[in-house]
Amino acid sequence: MSKPVLGLVLGGILGVFDGLTAYFTPEARSLLLGIVIGSTFKGLVAGLAIGFFSKKVHSLPWGIVFGLAVGLFFAFLVAAMPQPSGKHYYFEIMLPGAIVGAIVGYATQVWRGKRLETA
Amino acid sequence: MTRWLSNATVAHLRRVAEWPDLGATKYRLIGELGRGGMGTVYLAEDTALDRRVALKVVATAASAPEAAERMLREARILAGLEHPGIVPIHDAGALPDGRVFYAMKRVDGQRLDALAGTLPLPERLRIFRRICEAVAFAHARGVIHRDLKPENVMVGSFGEVLVMDWGVAKVLSEAAPPFSAAPNARTGGGTAEGTVVGTPDYMAPEQAEGAVEGTGPRADVYALGGILAFLLRPEPVAPKPLDAAVAKAKARRPEDRYASAAELSAEITRYLEGERVLAHSEGVLERAGRVFARYRAAILLIAAYLVVRTLLLIFGRHP
Repeated sequence: MSKPVLGLVLGGILGVFDGLTAYFTPEARSLLLGIVIGSTFKGLVAGLAIGFFSKKVHSLPWGIVFGLAVGLFFAFLVAAMPQPSGKHYYFEIMLPGAIVGAIVGYATQVWRGKRLETA
Repeated sequence: MTRWLSNATVAHLRRVAEWPDLGATKYRLIGELGRGGMGTVYLAEDTALDRRVALKVVATAASAPEAAERMLREARILAGLEHPGIVPIHDAGALPDGRVFYAMKRVDGQRLDALAGTLPLPERLRIFRRICEAVAFAHARGVIHRDLKPENVMVGSFGEVLVMDWGVAKVLSEAAPPFSAAPNARTGGGTAEGTVVGTPDYMAPEQAEGAVEGTGPRADVYALGGILAFLLRPEPVAPKPLDAAVAKAKARRPEDRYASAAELSAEITRYLEGERVLAHSEGVLERAGRVFARYRAAILLIAAYLVVRTLLLIFGRHP
C-alpha cells in the first residue's frame, strides 16, 4: 500500500470514528449522520494530502507537523461552515481534527510498504 | 657515519633500507603502514592506474616459504570474496628478491578498536551488522575468517566497513553447506590439526584447542560475540538484550551459539528497531517499556486525542 493510499484509508477510518464521537453528545445525536459523513470526507481529503506529503518528504517530525497543519486547516473549513444556530465550534472541531491529522502524518511517515518501522 | 646523523635519522634509514625493491613492478613505494606476523603492509602508488594501494609483502624471501604460500592463499581467498565489506584485492605477484606480495585497496579510515569509543551505541551496532554481513557472505562462500577482532576491521572515512586480514582464514570444502556449524567440514589447507590460530580474547574454545576439523562458521560467530562485547564496553551499563546476545554468541558449545553471522545480525537489527531480542527473555515491565519506546510518538498522539475528546465532552460547548 502506498503512502497516499494509506493516508486516504487511515484518514477515512479516523474520520468515521472522530465523527462518531458526536454520539456521546446527546444534543448532537440527531445530526450524527451528517457529522460522520462530513468528518469522513474531511479525513479522506486530509489523509490523501498528508500521504502525498509523506511520499515526498521523509521526516517524522515534519510529517507530524504537516499532518497537524492540514488537519487543523480542514477542521477549520468544517467549523466555519454556516450553522443553523449561527454558532461556530472552532475549538471543539479544530483541536481533535488537528490531532487526527498528526496521527495520519505519523502513520504515513513510518509506513514502509510492508511493515511499520520505528519512529 | 652515525656521528653525523641523529638516532631518529639512522632509525629511519635502517627502516627504509628494509623496504622492498619494487623496481620491476608497477608500484612505487611511499611508506610503511604497519607490520604483522606474516608481513608488512606498505603504502604504494600504482603507477599504471595512478592510485594509491596497500601493498602487503611477506616478511622475508627465502626463509619462510610457508609464509609466502600462506600469503598467496590469503590473496586467492580475498580474490574470491567480492563484497563491499571485504577489502578488495587488485593484484598479486613476486618481487625481484622472490618475496610474495599482493596489492589491495588502500582504506582511508580508522581501525574499529580505535574508533569505537568515539561513536554512539546505535552507530557502533550498525557497524557491527556490516561486519556480520561480510562474515556471513564469506561463510556462504565456504570461508571462515578465524581471526575476527576489532583490530581487523577498518571503518573508512565515508562510513564503509571492511573486514581485513584473512591470513589465517580456513576454506571449507565446497560441499559444506553455508551457514552451518559444519563439524565435519574439511579444511582447504593452511593450518595443521593442533595448530592454534587466532587471538585469545576472540577465539572460540574449539579453535583454542586447535581442533581445525571442528572449527566451523560458529567459531566466527563466537569472535563476533567478542567484538559485540568490545563495542558495548563504552556503555556504563550495557543493555540487557545485547548482553544476552553476547552471551549466546559466546556460548562454550558451538551448537548453543547463533547458527550464523546472519542470525546474529538479525538479532541486532531487532534490538535497533525496538523489537524483542530472541536471546533475551524480558519481563512485563521491560516489554511495556520497549513497546512504549518504539511507538512513543503514536501512543502519545492517540493519548492526546483521547484526552482532548474526553475533556471536550466534559467541559466543551455542545452543538
